Amino acid sequence: MRGIAMASQQIYGTIARFETAAQLVGAAAAARKAGYRHLDAFAPFPVPGLAPALGFRERRIPALALLIGILGAAAGFFTQWYSAVIDYPIVVGGKPLASWQAFLPVTFETGVLSGVLAAIIAMLIGNRLPQPYHPVFNDSEFDRASGDGFFLLIPSVSATAEERTTTHDFLKGEGALNIRELEP
Amino acid sequence: MAHNDRQPLIPPSLTHTAVSDRISGIVLDQPSPGAWKLAFVVSAALALVFLGALVAVFTTGVGLFGINIPVAWGFPIVNTIWWIGIAHAGTLISAVLLLTRQPWRASINRLAEAMAMFAIVCAGIYPLLHLGRPWLAYYLLPYPDTMDLWPQWRSPLVWDFFAIATYLIYTMSFLYLSLLPDFATLRDRARARYTQILYGVLAMGWRNSAIHWARYERANKVMAVVAAPIVVSVTGIISLDLAVSIVPGFHFTIFPPYFVAGALFSGFSTVAMLAVIMRTLFGLKTLITRQHLDYLGRMMLVFALVVDYAYTQEMFTAWYSGDNFYRTVYLDRWTGPYAPVWWSMIFLNVVLVQLLWFKRVRRTPWAIFCLAVTSNVGMWLERFQIVFTSTHADYMPSAWDTVWPTSWDWLVYTGSLGLFSLLILVFVRVAPLVSMHDMRAAIHERDSHG
Repeated sequence: MRGIAMASQQIYGTIARFETAAQLVGAAAAARKAGYRHLDAFAPFPVPGLAPALGFRERRIPALALLIGILGAAAGFFTQWYSAVIDYPIVVGGKPLASWQAFLPVTFETGVLSGVLAAIIAMLIGNRLPQPYHPVFNDSEFDRASGDGFFLLIPSVSATAEERTTTHDFLKGEGALNIRELEP
Repeated sequence: MAHNDRQPLIPPSLTHTAVSDRISGIVLDQPSPGAWKLAFVVSAALALVFLGALVAVFTTGVGLFGINIPVAWGFPIVNTIWWIGIAHAGTLISAVLLLTRQPWRASINRLAEAMAMFAIVCAGIYPLLHLGRPWLAYYLLPYPDTMDLWPQWRSPLVWDFFAIATYLIYTMSFLYLSLLPDFATLRDRARARYTQILYGVLAMGWRNSAIHWARYERANKVMAVVAAPIVVSVTGIISLDLAVSIVPGFHFTIFPPYFVAGALFSGFSTVAMLAVIMRTLFGLKTLITRQHLDYLGRMMLVFALVVDYAYTQEMFTAWYSGDNFYRTVYLDRWTGPYAPVWWSMIFLNVVLVQLLWFKRVRRTPWAIFCLAVTSNVGMWLERFQIVFTSTHADYMPSAWDTVWPTSWDWLVYTGSLGLFSLLILVFVRVAPLVSMHDMRAAIHERDSHG
């Protein structure tokens, strides 16, 4: 455990490991209440209630997927209608040019595919992935975030010695096991 | 479903670290078991046979296959439908069990998704082969070409192309999404430089952030919600290739649901097969328990019964239609040149599968493995009899003929089996065969609810 010396050095923030998921959720909620912002937490699986405790609610992805899905379906239908009615009208088997029933399978597939890809791409862009470097990877214990480690990260605002001591004491008060400062 | 009666789905002593170490250890540390090596060599040899047969078919032409008028579809289409069916349960198991929060999903969803992925690869090759001129496959794409032509949108073959392409992209995305946090777990545990770089790149910098997880879960939920409509639409559309025609034996309105049920039946069978193989091969008997096999057996039985019901409805419709040609097709299925296929199918899919009513059978790995194999054979025979008996004797006796697959048909088919098992075998050595993050979430669930 590194101390809080070297007051002149810039830091990214302070990371603390907790024993259980429940402690982490409690600490995250307490940190928000204490006025800390832009918090992040790391856990080996989606802990129920952790994201709301950090003040984060995901609402956009399903709506976006639906919107893009509808647009994709419309584009699929339009392509078929345009090519069959406007660009190359040819009567096959006496069927009407705009035989929309036969256009539905492709419309459905393009719609579904667009919606699904929108959801995934929105997830990746929202999470800023791919991101090869992040300061948390500097932490010596961070590989436990994919095993049994439950981490809370409080980003540094001013990096003054006072702020660093307060953050450290706050995390200690919440029952953190190990507290370390992260290089930027 | 009651799941606490006999055996817990997750061993009570299993912890977050233990499950991560155990499963990532299979990829990172554990040497390949001898049985794996043997299977690898056999599969690789078959995959080479596949490659060789493809070269022969591409250079000589589809005349090598036993396809001709009147049975123009033959083996390639039988195998497409069969493979795509196997893929379906992979998607459904993973997605529907996610939506319904079934606790037994966590240990088998990865196998199911990988199976889906590789089965589509096998399924997708056949239509290309069957085109005859595979280098013109891009004609199916709508693009502003110099001839000013467009695909024929009223043709089920164009629907097919869009359905299978959509399903392929969907399955790839779903599998990768599920693998992403697990690649990060492997990255964190890798000690060798090259594995650190490999899994580091694949994990794209995933750092298990709660905010990332929140978006991840939302995106995953969207994928899962869409899964069932995709599965139904893909096999539904493939069945329309047949049902939209006027061929007696093809022209049934029950085809889409009938095909979907058959697809799920063979798919659940294949998952059961893989589950038995992998738990034995890598000693995962505590993670993939007999309880899991029991549930898979129940799903097989449910969809077998739906398939059996479809058989009765198909026969009833043929009789009730009063149409001589439809009735003749049925009489021909029972007594004609392909009758052994029909009766074998009935024996495997209707009679033998009833053994799954017994709990002892469902919970005995070798028994459920054997039933999974026979069910897959049965489903293959079903696809065979649909494609062959319907077209070999339709309206005009002058057009009747009896055709059989050639040795090239068989080479390509067994080769594709080899390709599938090769891909699965390689997959379980480079990626976790049980989803670690889903297991950890399941363990958390177990701990918080007792």
